[in-house]
Amino acid sequence: MAGGQPRTTLLKVSEIDILYGSFQALWGVSLEVRTGEMVALVGANSSGKSTLLNAISGFLRSARGRIEFEGKDITRDNPWHTVDLGIAHVPEGRRLFPDLTVLDNLILGSYSARARARRAANLDAVFTLFPRLAQRRHQVAKTLSGGEQQMLALGRGLMSAPALLLLDEMSLGLAPIVVGELYRTLQQIRAAGVAILFVEQNVKQSLREADRAYILEKGRIVLSGEAAVLREAEEVKRAYFGV
Amino acid sequence: MSAAVPSDLAAPVIMGVLLGGLYALVALGLSLVFGVMKLINVAHGDFVVLGSYAAYAGMTLGLDPILSLLVGVPAFGVMGFGLHRFLMHRASGISAEAPLIVAFGISIILQNAIQIAWSPLSRGLTTSYILASLRFGRADIPLVYLLDLVAALIVMAALHGFLRRTYLGKAVTAASQDARAAQLMGINTDTIHALAFAIAAATAAIAGVFLGLTFPFTPSSGVAYLIIAFGVVIIGGLGSMLGTFLGGIILGLAQALGGHFFGAAAQMLPVYLTVLVLLALRPQGLFGR
Repeated sequence: MAGGQPRTTLLKVSEIDILYGSFQALWGVSLEVRTGEMVALVGANSSGKSTLLNAISGFLRSARGRIEFEGKDITRDNPWHTVDLGIAHVPEGRRLFPDLTVLDNLILGSYSARARARRAANLDAVFTLFPRLAQRRHQVAKTLSGGEQQMLALGRGLMSAPALLLLDEMSLGLAPIVVGELYRTLQQIRAAGVAILFVEQNVKQSLREADRAYILEKGRIVLSGEAAVLREAEEVKRAYFGV
Repeated sequence: MSAAVPSDLAAPVIMGVLLGGLYALVALGLSLVFGVMKLINVAHGDFVVLGSYAAYAGMTLGLDPILSLLVGVPAFGVMGFGLHRFLMHRASGISAEAPLIVAFGISIILQNAIQIAWSPLSRGLTTSYILASLRFGRADIPLVYLLDLVAALIVMAALHGFLRRTYLGKAVTAASQDARAAQLMGINTDTIHALAFAIAAATAAIAGVFLGLTFPFTPSSGVAYLIIAFGVVIIGGLGSMLGTFLGGIILGLAQALGGHFFGAAAQMLPVYLTVLVLLALRPQGLFGR
């Protein structure tokens, strides 16, 4: 756990609705992420987890409600604005630039004005965190293994010097050993002062790694709280652990 | 001359390659815009012919066409940027097809505006040096064809260098590979698209000058140029610069050899046939994605 600093609210989502045409994907969703926290977003497929992350980073516009980051209203912001404010979104499927090298993918991660000045320092930090990326820096992204691609996606997100990392389905398609390695790295990233809001299919894993969690069902938050408490909650056990 | 001695082919082959460079230059802007924003700019041929007429206007003021590019290239770049920012960008917010329709509109407006300004009479950029020719063995090659190829190679090398070696160019390349991911990096894809459109217009200005030096043009030449550009990118594959270059060479050779064997009237037929055949055999183009 990060040292005894008081945690302030970093991200505050209040009562947002997201509609895809006439289909409503999110219903009055509210959540909070505080500095230094690791918060899990849990739920079945199509429960709205990715939609929520997309709304926060700015790909989707909410019909109602408010999203605040470090006290600023970002409800109407585009993705290239939120990056500049300190939110890094590592999307589902990683979405690397397939024909560019590891190095090019990384340096593009610091395109925003916020990160540009610190590009060299951030690159060093990413290579220290992921030595395998350093070794393969001139390799074309699409030729990397699944685990290496996820590392690259994470590293690219970190290049923007974020205060909050949005992580969508990091472990999809990866072997458990690789996933374990990645989560250990996430804890290192968190220890360095970056808050993390992550979507994870594996409910047990998310409740193990997170401080707090929100459970989404059909676009609504049905349960939230300390991960340790949720792990023992009867509804969670029944719904997700098949007990 | 219809003797089938191989050395007689030297002239059409050399001319075909040189012409191919010019065709690649014309197609470059079309390929770039499609690669970056998946839009087929049907006004591209008209941008090129506008470049020819702009150089023609410069000539009436005593300005050499190639020198006029010093003004023409930035001017067309600004025009392209503005057209995208205020027209095409808004159209893309309406529907997926709207930008294509807007491009048609721009094409029609350009053709008619040019016709009003300069009449339907055929024009040409005639300078003192375009009548010169150089001798290669038994072939007499017009100097202007060589200039065409040199210009094409310079522009392609510059564009390739920009896209692959500069930071902004890499951002453009990234935006063409995955627009959403690019936005997540802080790249404003709206601005990037306008920039690509500007670069395409600037290359159209250059292509217009060299085309105008090589062939006569009328206000409706844009259509013919668009068809050639289309053929080049179909053969070479949309979004690939090497493909565009090779596609141009193939079509240039088809035209030059077609003219050599079947006469000038039939010289475009082998060109269109080549496009059809290659489209049937390899729809995605030589290097298409």
